[in-house]
Amino acid sequence: MAVNRNFRTCPSTGLVYHEPAEKLIRWNAVAGVVSLLVGGVLALLVTLTRWPAVKLLPPDWFYLVLTAHGLDMLVFWIIFFEIAVLYFAASTLLKCRLATPKVAWVAFWLMIVGAITNNIAVFKGDSSVMFTSYVPMGAHPLFYLGFILFAVGALVACFVFFGTLVVGKAEKTYNGSIPLVTFGAVTAAIIAVFTIAAGAIILIPTFLWSVGLVSHIDSLMYRTVWWAFGHSSQQINVAAHVSVWYAIAAIVFGAKPMSEKVSRGAFVLYILFLQLASAHHLLADPGLTSNWKIFNTSYAMYLAVLASMVHGLTVPGAIEVAQRGKGFNKGLFEWLRKAPWGNPCFSGMFMSLVGFGFLGGISGVMMGTEQLNLIIHNTIYVPGHFHATVVVGTTLAFMALTYFLIPTLFRRELMFPGMAKWQTYVYGLGMMGFSVFMMGAGTLGVPRRHWDMAFSGAALPHEFPGAAYLMMGLMAVSGVLATVGGAMYLVNTVGSVFFGKKIVTPDFKRVPVREGMAPARPPEPAVAPAGHGAIGAGGFVAPGTFVLAMVFLTSFVLYYFVNWKYLSTVWPLK
Amino acid sequence: MSQAPATPGAADDDVHDEPIPMMQQLIDNPFLLLFLGVAMPTVLYIVWGVMEIVGIPLAK
Amino acid sequence: MSAIEPPAQRVWWKQPLDRVEGTWIVIAFAWCMVMFFMMPYWHVYGKQNLSNEAYRSSPEAFLAKAQAMVDKHTVRTVTEQNIPVVHPVPGADVYLVARLWQWWPVLELEEGQTYRLHIMSTDWLHGFSLQPENINIQVHPGYEHVVTLTPTKEGTYSIICNEYCGINHHTMASKLYVVKPKKS
Repeated sequence: MAVNRNFRTCPSTGLVYHEPAEKLIRWNAVAGVVSLLVGGVLALLVTLTRWPAVKLLPPDWFYLVLTAHGLDMLVFWIIFFEIAVLYFAASTLLKCRLATPKVAWVAFWLMIVGAITNNIAVFKGDSSVMFTSYVPMGAHPLFYLGFILFAVGALVACFVFFGTLVVGKAEKTYNGSIPLVTFGAVTAAIIAVFTIAAGAIILIPTFLWSVGLVSHIDSLMYRTVWWAFGHSSQQINVAAHVSVWYAIAAIVFGAKPMSEKVSRGAFVLYILFLQLASAHHLLADPGLTSNWKIFNTSYAMYLAVLASMVHGLTVPGAIEVAQRGKGFNKGLFEWLRKAPWGNPCFSGMFMSLVGFGFLGGISGVMMGTEQLNLIIHNTIYVPGHFHATVVVGTTLAFMALTYFLIPTLFRRELMFPGMAKWQTYVYGLGMMGFSVFMMGAGTLGVPRRHWDMAFSGAALPHEFPGAAYLMMGLMAVSGVLATVGGAMYLVNTVGSVFFGKKIVTPDFKRVPVREGMAPARPPEPAVAPAGHGAIGAGGFVAPGTFVLAMVFLTSFVLYYFVNWKYLSTVWPLK
Repeated sequence: MSQAPATPGAADDDVHDEPIPMMQQLIDNPFLLLFLGVAMPTVLYIVWGVMEIVGIPLAK
Repeated sequence: MSAIEPPAQRVWWKQPLDRVEGTWIVIAFAWCMVMFFMMPYWHVYGKQNLSNEAYRSSPEAFLAKAQAMVDKHTVRTVTEQNIPVVHPVPGADVYLVARLWQWWPVLELEEGQTYRLHIMSTDWLHGFSLQPENINIQVHPGYEHVVTLTPTKEGTYSIICNEYCGINHHTMASKLYVVKPKKS
């Protein structure tokens, strides 16, 4: 069978696209965006129901919609888009043909069938078990089956990614090590393999239980293994969106990593330790010892938090070095003031970075502290946290990347460039507000996944303070704003991809490329580069970033001890 | 593996003579990382956790 | 040259660190260690630690123990459903059953006294959430969790369910009364 070795070079970016890979990247990205559209409509319904003044849906519909929202967003939107990112990082960045495109199509269709099956099960109405589907509450067998099919497809796609790395190395399509962004994608793919394996260990028996072949699934065992899947799946996102940050810094600014060693080392810490944090979800559970809880919840002594803090410095640091190199060298922040704030690719990425760090990162460490978890577990603080990580962090980063991909990958002009400029702000700020107000309500005890904080119909209802209602109202207003931002994204991307003006390249052709297309490595400088020359201040090449990092650390330390102070006032228990 | 030390002035080839440090070789090997990335959480999180759950005593 | 291309140097491992990166790594690592050791520290010096004491149990066995407590220490009933209010002996073992969609029975504890609170679900997962203290504990079917707790202030508290447990999840709320110790 002949291998398709046809490539095209994008005239505006210089990127090369392997013909079958290009098609796969497009379709996976489109499937992701369609899931985002469905999940976004559901998001609005959830928000309007949890808005105490509106309370749109009755409880059965609320729990159904909430289940579907979680699945379509957390799983289908993000994983489809991530597969697109993986193929891009392996094929395009390594200038390499995608290994086994046919298998990649099988993976794609498995994922599609799985996603549709799962959605059908939920919308039938007998599978409102939430994304987590904790036993002994049972869903329709199709719910688990769809989930499993999707996961198998995603696993196959990960191995197509790894296969492409092998092809690239064997056919010498690049020199030396793989690019940093591809390395970040490797990190995401490795975490994905563990994630999906854990999912299989628990969801396959649960599927058998739902059809009556297994008599009992232990709820504690389920939660422990399920979270190795559920939490790690969100760690794929972290690795993926950090790679996207590096990619956008490189695309927009030509920024090179401050040091390959540090950035790659931080990714290695992710590979080794990030997944242990699945224990965040089990800190309030009986039976697991504090040794297990402390070791795992802290990612083995916070080594993965260290890695995130490193990325949080090196990504803006690389941008600062690049900007200073272009002459924006005045003071601490000229590089940032003169950044292209009107470019949604940059503004989205930068808000993703700041929001992920300040809101998602800090709140995540709070919840993941064994004792502090007591005052947070299962309150609406938890979705507040993960909307800051997964939505402000991952989704916003992916949106930012889309604005780059539409012209280069889809060869279309953006339909509404003016709207794109505003979209990242509307969405980012709406989502940040949404997260913050959820955390506020959670601090006041409002539970997550709860239809009515007024407990209508309860024999002994609890009365939440007015502040909690205020927080939930503000949350909903911010949520509506974010939905508007999401709609702006969807209108623009869907419009551009299907109806946007085609970018026509004269003499366009695909060129078949044989092995060894990498040009010879340019001679290295005789002296190893010692740094970045005469930029920066006080021996620091990126002093502005360092100041921002210290601001971050200060907020982190303060908020951390405020929570301990608050914990020390609640009832003693041991 | 490089056998001879780089001869100064050996034009194009001498840049390839410096051996790649161990750590860089490790980080450049995705399959070794894949093994570690799956083994670590499997042992430390899943196996350890499941053993603790299995060891929970019966209520009196 | 950039992050989307292979590193410019063949051997990048030996490139020296920028001072800004080195400094930040040291600071961040130190902070990580502080956060890590804060957890064992609180186990020794702090007062709020979740107990690890738990047992495997069955709904029947657990309900029997709760029923025995209710039979002995019920002081009154509340609501039209006549849910018993139990005032156990300070220091005693207290049982709280979580089930669809109810916490049973209602507890009345004395301020400043310490109780061994046994919590278990007899059906699905539930979430023990004490308001407005905001103490939150996961409740499993089949696992009897023993939490030693000391109410510090008299008043009427709520126990709500914060683990989704089906259509009437929002009605699963109860009270916990804390009263001044009886003068004996």
